[in-house]
Amino acid sequence: MKDVPIAATSCGPARLDLLQSATGLFLALFMWLHMFFVSSILLSKDAFWTVARFFEGYFIFGRPIPLLVSAFVGFIFFIIVAHAALAMRKFPATWRQYRTFWSHMRAMHHADTTLWMVQLVTGFAMFFLASVHLYLMATHPELIGPYASADRVWSGRMWPLYLLLLFAVELHGGVGLYRLAVKWGWWSSNDPLRSRLRMKRAKWGLTLFFLALGLMSLAAYIKIGIAHAPSAGELYLPDWLQAQP
Amino acid sequence: MSRTLTFSIFRHNPGDPGSRPGLDVFTLEEAPGMTLFIALNLLRDEQDPSLAFDFVCRAGVCGSCGMIINGRPGLACRTLTEALPPRITLLPLPTFELIADLSVNTGKWMRALSERLQTWVHLDEETDPDRLEEPMEPERAEAIYELDRCIECGCCVAACGTARMREDFVGAVGLNKIARFRADPRDKRSEAQYFELIGDDEGVFGCMSLLGCQDVCPKSLSLQTQIAFLRRKMVQIGAGFA
Ligand code: HEM
Ligand code: SF4
Ligand code: SF4
Ligand code: FES
Repeated sequence: MKDVPIAATSCGPARLDLLQSATGLFLALFMWLHMFFVSSILLSKDAFWTVARFFEGYFIFGRPIPLLVSAFVGFIFFIIVAHAALAMRKFPATWRQYRTFWSHMRAMHHADTTLWMVQLVTGFAMFFLASVHLYLMATHPELIGPYASADRVWSGRMWPLYLLLLFAVELHGGVGLYRLAVKWGWWSSNDPLRSRLRMKRAKWGLTLFFLALGLMSLAAYIKIGIAHAPSAGELYLPDWLQAQP
Repeated sequence: MSRTLTFSIFRHNPGDPGSRPGLDVFTLEEAPGMTLFIALNLLRDEQDPSLAFDFVCRAGVCGSCGMIINGRPGLACRTLTEALPPRITLLPLPTFELIADLSVNTGKWMRALSERLQTWVHLDEETDPDRLEEPMEPERAEAIYELDRCIECGCCVAACGTARMREDFVGAVGLNKIARFRADPRDKRSEAQYFELIGDDEGVFGCMSLLGCQDVCPKSLSLQTQIAFLRRKMVQIGAGFA
């Protein structure tokens, strides 16, 4: 049979679907790295100070260049906007669609269907939560450090937002990765049901692990923030730099 | 120990202007080995002759007895009452046109799907009825047969959150059919032609991987695997990697 050429316009959905998965995968993996950087506060203040200066190019250029951080935040923001815009295609568009899905989900008692609603709600929440966080990071890139961050969390009253954002990211990213795997058929075997069960377990494991790490890190910042509240605004300097005249 | 089952059954006849949609409640003594098919027949014979529902084969072959059983789609003839709690709610499959009570017109929907996706073998040349058919390797024939086991019951469509929200979505049944014809060497359609049929948001890219279809299909078809496979193939075509 003759090959019909594919109209250029008809390629849209394929590309968009791939882009949605690609941006989602990138963000999910980035959020893992992000959590490891942030949780360096659990090791020591110096550890986090070092991580923060590293991203300012301190150890390459010999001085901090916070603009590097701003630029990177801008890039992440761009990816999130792209991912969210692509995800909007899947949002229920009308009240009727929303109601239909909701009653369907309630009746089915079907985990993967319910998890989609979790993804929708947490994704929607991140429109707002992630924007606030990213804007602060982009506009005050120099204020990332053991005291500056802890002051922002406690004296700056950001901890409720970070608490919500933590749950949103870890739930959304976990479900998202699981969905990527079933969507594209990764790690499937001759027994898809069994691999799916395993992936589901791994997904919950990851979510719980990163939630625990995140909660512990947030608690550490809160603790430092409370202790440092009287002198909020003062920046941290590691001992080895203070020793220099 | 015998239980008394309480059935709440959706009643409505769209053809009767006086009919209002609602649930009727019936009770019935459970018997050993009772299926919903047996129960519904007893209810119709003994309690309400106007109760409408569909059955043909009573053996999970014809696909006409799909309904929502306590919230999930399934075949009434293959559902044992002992697997259910004593309160059983039966609703007609959504998405499909309601004929009356539990009876829906899946045939009309499936027919439209078939025309839209052209679910028949597209040959290159006229068939010559006098010539011997080309042989096919047994594994290939087996694989096609596996995908051909779909009985068009509509359960996967009713179980799919995507299909419920978006009426134009072809559903797992449609995607599985494309997988079936793609696997058939006699079908001479190209990848690009399949892409034209399902390479959009009403086709494979509309699927949100909720896997309701996989979890309810009474024939246990490998819908998840088939859809993921088609998605990979269709992305190669659509995103220009092939
Ligand atoms: C910030 C970190 C984020 C991560 C780690 C993340 C990760 C993911 C992943 C891996 C997927 C699966 C992609 C696919 O199925 O193709 C996904 C889907 C989705 N994301 Fe995100 N995402 C993030 C932010 C957001 C934001 C800000 C929104 C806001 C609108 C959002 C909304 C969605 C929705 C609704 C889906 C489901 C789409 C579908 O089922 O096809 N995500 N996300
Ligand atoms: S794929 Fe399964 S659930 Fe869907 S119509 Fe066919 S047999 Fe029924
Ligand atoms: S995987 Fe989900 S969205 Fe896709 S066809 Fe099956 S039930 Fe529908
Ligand atoms: S009566 Fe034929 S499948 Fe149930």
